[in-house]
Amino acid sequence: MKLLTCPVNGTRNITEFQYLGPVRAASAEDPGELTEALFFAENPLGVLTEWWRHTPSNTVFIAERHTVTDEILATYLPSRKPD
Amino acid sequence: MPLSLLKYGLRNRHVSFNDIPPTPELKPSYDVVILGGGGHGLAAAYYLSHVHGIRDVAVLEKGYLAGGNTARNTTVVRSNYMTEPSVRFYKEAVKLYETMSEDLGFNIMFSQRGQLTLAHSEATLRSFHLRAEMGKHMGTRIEVVDPKTVAEICPLLNLDMGGQHEVLGGLWHEDGGTARHDAVAWGYAKRAAERGVEIHQRTEVTGFEKNGNRVTHVKTNRGKIAAGQVLQAAGGLNGHVAGLAGIRLPIRCFPLQAMVTQPLKPFLDTLISSANLHTYILQSSRGELVIGGGSDPYQLASTRSTLDQKEHLAEGALHLFPFLHKVKLLRQWAGITDMTPDYSPVMGASPLENYWLDCGWGTWGFKATPVAGKYMAETVARGRVSDILKPFDLQRFEKFELLNEMGATAASH
Ligand SMILES: Cc1cc2nc3c(=O)[nH]c(=O)nc-3n(C[C@H](O)[C@H](O)[C@H](O)COP(=O)(O)OP(=O)(O)OC[C@H]3O[C@@H](n4cnc5c(N)ncnc54)[C@H](O)[C@@H]3O)c2cc1C
Repeated sequence: MKLLTCPVNGTRNITEFQYLGPVRAASAEDPGELTEALFFAENPLGVLTEWWRHTPSNTVFIAERHTVTDEILATYLPSRKPD
Repeated sequence: MPLSLLKYGLRNRHVSFNDIPPTPELKPSYDVVILGGGGHGLAAAYYLSHVHGIRDVAVLEKGYLAGGNTARNTTVVRSNYMTEPSVRFYKEAVKLYETMSEDLGFNIMFSQRGQLTLAHSEATLRSFHLRAEMGKHMGTRIEVVDPKTVAEICPLLNLDMGGQHEVLGGLWHEDGGTARHDAVAWGYAKRAAERGVEIHQRTEVTGFEKNGNRVTHVKTNRGKIAAGQVLQAAGGLNGHVAGLAGIRLPIRCFPLQAMVTQPLKPFLDTLISSANLHTYILQSSRGELVIGGGSDPYQLASTRSTLDQKEHLAEGALHLFPFLHKVKLLRQWAGITDMTPDYSPVMGASPLENYWLDCGWGTWGFKATPVAGKYMAETVARGRVSDILKPFDLQRFEKFELLNEMGATAASH
């Protein structure tokens, strides 16, 4: 079982979570970045900062996860990014 | 034929032969360098050397021959897509499979036994009508069938009447089938090598040297080579290889998982797929049941498997054929798929003049091996993108001219 730590509800089975994709550098609000924002998502071989949702509690938060090893390095609420 | 076989069998001195020559030394330069020795790269090498007379070709493969997604797919070949450009393209793919064993003199075991996709909801059934009409319009064999016909085509299928996953109808695609995936790659490799194409295994592309808008050299772990033209067909890692050349592709990596059971007596002579259950199942020529295709829910560039996905696939298979509940799994695996936003590939030109893309094949590219090879070779040989490939251009994203095949791809490959 793969575990993910919700910043509010603690460590849970990853099946309780919904993946919402990478935190995007490009903004869909900016017409110059629209194509980038819609279609060219971050896809590194390395640490990816991404959105997740704990479905039962509807907690949306950020995880930093390595896309090759699948190791989850940190999870935090968007308002409380650790230094 | 049988007489010569008998004579061969009785002869005591057998000459051994290699299908693929051992990896030679790298030459300083090649007319065409192909990145990736999967089915796509090898098919392009075959067409370049056999049809276009271009023999100074190197195929660079970082691992062993066709050990990427070509080795990992569930071998489904079909053309029942949604959009006109896709159906035109995949229809030709199916046609090329029909004659491939003879064309290559290499048995690729194409078995055209039809694919039946099931609808468990009205919405799915509506999308079937769309696909059937497009398919008929394009001259493929495809029709929407009622549950009675579903039962006739596949008598052992659980129709789940009155249940949660009641079968409301099906999309019957007689052109669908399977082919032996390794044989496809090896057949192309063997015939390309006979014409002088060099296949370099354990040769990893690590970077490029450019001069303005052209790639001049390809850097590898075995040294640097000059390249006239470069064709990229690097499977799951297409996004990263393109990145080495400074090209951004709309690709995200997701593992796709599949598995096979122990062999059973033949009972299933069609391919069964369910969009709602995200499961498809077919019986291989060895009798094993091949069960696919669960995409992982989050991005990952790894071939690890998960129990979650395997359970999900087993659950889907049991819905379709409940009597399989005591059957054991024999093997399971995953491949890294290079997923595009519209579930269609990216083929054709790149921002670099002499660098061509055969990418974004995601969970659906095995069937396209011959047709992509044919037209990518034509494109590289002429220096001009073939008409049939134009709709799949990288530029389509900027023009918002997407080719949405999600509904025709998500569970049926
Ligand atoms: C589980 C699963 C089931 C599937 N089922 C189906 C199906 O039923 N039907 C279907 O049509 N499609 C299916 N697919 C998709 C299909 O397998 C692929 O789209 C197709 O095989 C792609 O072929 P390719 O030659 O482009 O890539 P690959 O076969 O992956 O070949 C690319 C090669 O490039 C090499 N490479 C990568 N980076 C480098 C580098 N830097 N230097 C040198 N070499 C490099 C890799 O090692 C690899 O061998 C499935 C995929 C998976 C994972």
